[in-house]
Amino acid sequence: MATTTSAFHRKIEVVSPTRQRVMGILFILLGLILVFFFTPGLSQGQITTFGLSLATSDIQLPPWQVHTLPTLYGLAVASAILGGIQLARGFGRYTNWVLGLVVGFFIFGFLVWAAAGKSLNLVGMFNTTLSRSVPITLGALSGILCERSGVVNIAIEGMMLTGAMVSALVGSITQNAWLGLLAAILAGALLALVHAVLSIKYKTNQIVSGTVINIFATGLTSYISAKFLQVNQALNNPPTFGGTPIPLLSEIPILGPVLFNNSIFVYVMFILLFVLNVALFQTRWGLRLRAVGEHPKAADTLGIDVFKTRYMAVVLGGMVAGFAGGYFTLGSAGRFDEVMTAGRGFIGLAAMIFGNWNPFGAFGAGLLFGFADALASRLAILGIAIPSQFLLMAPYIATMIVLAGVIGRARPPAADGIPYEKE
Amino acid sequence: MTPILELRGITKRFPGVLANDHINLTLEKGQIHALLGENGAGKTTLMNILYGLYQPDEGEIFINGKKVIIHSPADAIAQGIGMVHQHFMLIPVFTVTENVMLGEESTRFDGFLDREQAAARVRAISEQYGLAVDPEAYIKDLPVGVQQRVEIIKLLYRKADILILDEPTAVLTPQEVEELFGIMRSLVEQGKSIIFISHKLREVLEIADLITVIRRGRVVGSVRPEEADQYRLASMMVGRDVQLELERPPSEPGEPVLEVENLLVADELGQLAVDHVSFDVRSGEILGIAGVQGNGQTELIEAITGHRHILEGRVRLLGQDVTNAPPRIITELGTGYIPEDRQRDGLVLAFPVMDNLILRTYYKPPFARGRRMEWEVIRQHAEALVKQYDIRTPSALSLCSTLSGGNQQKVIVARELSRPIRLLVAAQPTRGLDVGSIEYIHQQILEKRSQGVAVLLASTELDEILQLSDRVAVMYRGQIVAIVPAAEATKDYIGLLMAGVPAEEARQRVRRKPVEIG
Repeated sequence: MATTTSAFHRKIEVVSPTRQRVMGILFILLGLILVFFFTPGLSQGQITTFGLSLATSDIQLPPWQVHTLPTLYGLAVASAILGGIQLARGFGRYTNWVLGLVVGFFIFGFLVWAAAGKSLNLVGMFNTTLSRSVPITLGALSGILCERSGVVNIAIEGMMLTGAMVSALVGSITQNAWLGLLAAILAGALLALVHAVLSIKYKTNQIVSGTVINIFATGLTSYISAKFLQVNQALNNPPTFGGTPIPLLSEIPILGPVLFNNSIFVYVMFILLFVLNVALFQTRWGLRLRAVGEHPKAADTLGIDVFKTRYMAVVLGGMVAGFAGGYFTLGSAGRFDEVMTAGRGFIGLAAMIFGNWNPFGAFGAGLLFGFADALASRLAILGIAIPSQFLLMAPYIATMIVLAGVIGRARPPAADGIPYEKE
Repeated sequence: MTPILELRGITKRFPGVLANDHINLTLEKGQIHALLGENGAGKTTLMNILYGLYQPDEGEIFINGKKVIIHSPADAIAQGIGMVHQHFMLIPVFTVTENVMLGEESTRFDGFLDREQAAARVRAISEQYGLAVDPEAYIKDLPVGVQQRVEIIKLLYRKADILILDEPTAVLTPQEVEELFGIMRSLVEQGKSIIFISHKLREVLEIADLITVIRRGRVVGSVRPEEADQYRLASMMVGRDVQLELERPPSEPGEPVLEVENLLVADELGQLAVDHVSFDVRSGEILGIAGVQGNGQTELIEAITGHRHILEGRVRLLGQDVTNAPPRIITELGTGYIPEDRQRDGLVLAFPVMDNLILRTYYKPPFARGRRMEWEVIRQHAEALVKQYDIRTPSALSLCSTLSGGNQQKVIVARELSRPIRLLVAAQPTRGLDVGSIEYIHQQILEKRSQGVAVLLASTELDEILQLSDRVAVMYRGQIVAIVPAAEATKDYIGLLMAGVPAEEARQRVRRKPVEIG
């Protein structure tokens, strides 16, 4: 081979050191907040207690106790040292890992401070985190299916809401939770089909199409709810899926109650997570789906049917969204209330972006959002002065930072949102 | 012997255009058949019909003497036809193997990708035909020349016997073109047949066994390369005699007009695109910037014209510091700018020709008096320029979007050259234009030079650079690796510099000709 066209391609180095500096300052800032905002008002020798077992568990672990002040100082110093190293020479490609570590320090420090002199049950909180993350993660998985094929779907919220309403209605009439769930999935699929036809066949602007479906879903479900479900409670009383502990596994200390004592929605979410990850990246189906989302024309010239692939992906995504809708009524509340999804579908999309269109990344983001949710309600119980709304805002501030590209740019599929025109 | 492929009477109409008019074409097995024609002559339409992307309105296709109907690319692939498109059909975030196997994947348990097996097949093909490539590499990390090999491997992986290469040399350095020709020869030796689409006369004469010339959707004729020369082919292509060599009087460089010192510029991703570049352009000379696309030329030009932030370094225009000055200041100091992407940066397509002709000066008398626009003056100005620059448009009120590419470019040229300018910055001024328009624009640029304008010309067409430039600066990975006077700027030497060969080594290799390749 001639040396003139060497297969090696030197990457031109990143010039701007801005990001490195911003990160370093952020680390130090987090450390300073730990010291200056959290330590005042605490007394020497105060102790924070973390519960490690649920009251209902057979095996009871002793609670974990830490000395509040030394722990806070230790975390602050560690953050500041990492920040100093980051400023001086940077962590290069490990920067994001270090960022995760420092944020972890900060959250832990926050918990230590919030529960100072009191007791906080960690297992209970992790369990709440997981269940709060279910609809968000499912919404994100739905979004990943659609967007990896190149169709933007902001109608996931509407699909979830419709799924929730339909599952309450069908579940109540048949008194069968499984039929209710099936109806929710079908309802999601139907709305997704509308979105697919509008955006794939008629090449409508996909944001407009999604918005229209969301408004339609809000209107329809609110109408049916006000006209029938709230008037006749027999139509709004579906059976629910209770907790289904998995034998043996649910007895493992700490992990058991968190992971293996849940409703089927949690288990299905985990199964979907693994299945979708393998399907997207290890199968022919996934390779073609991703190809259609990246470069539809290339896929077309290789004999792949772009339209069919996109229809399939969007409808599958709608089914996942409908299933997530079922969680609200059959898995959680046991009844339908107007606009009860409360933006979880949109948050799912944020999780999808945060997770860089990868199932496990999206799950991680879903956990983060779920954690903020869980934390907000715990702090109210602990009587902390910070309004819970501020805590609930924190993950979205993080999402905006991700979108702005500070923590490495999220890269959507190249053809995301662009209708394919066959010549 | 029956030809492997025969097209009979292929006709394709688009609204208002007869793209293909009863075209006949015959490809023998083991032949390289060149399809020569200007942009818009109908070559690509014809090949898209053959590949199943369009349906012909009339005509028949025969493969090995059997009539076939091709509805889709999948049909074409099944008939053993493969096409390398002008714009590569590769997915940047996929590996070579994934791109090659897409649509015809190796799988285990019916559905799970078997990347190892596919990679082994890619390796086998790349050895058999001399197409060196790493199956595990991601496309986005590969240079274009290698990406093109991946496209060819894609066809061979599908066992294609008829390979269509659509303008394959447009993105390559001269050395990469030689490598490609080597690959093409090895392919026909092993029994493949190739249709080679091009508008470059020299290349066609070098590689083809038979040349068919198309003009305005019709076959003008077929010739063997030994019976033809560049002049004959050019006049067949254009339909009249063409002047291939430009008359270039010796330059009389005067004072430096543009001085660039240690320029440092980043691209959109914050990566260094222009790496400590210094040069100057004097009045009455043309400085050509040669380089393979994506080596920082775009960013350099944008930085000089005030469209991109300069991180470090200085730009001086007529002695005045214009580093990071707004484009309007740079324009008012006497800069004409023909941008690389005429539709995106050069014109407002939704505006009429008349408005586009005053985009640089609309706010000044005589076109505006205070806040009022003088529409009558603007219209007269436009009509005069349309006439002077031979812009083919129904009227000065027609929208720019309705003009052909060549005429759109003429609108820009008219706007930029009709002003009193001291510096002309021209980026890819003739990309995608027909021979006639190219000839015209080149003459206009030379005309400005003899009027004492300093010209900075960036082009990836090496022929254009060599024809026009008094000095040639070669850019490679953001740096100017050499500035060569026209007399020493041979195609081989500049080509090696463009490919990143150090100047000293390049000079030695050119001296012991023929240039070693492969």
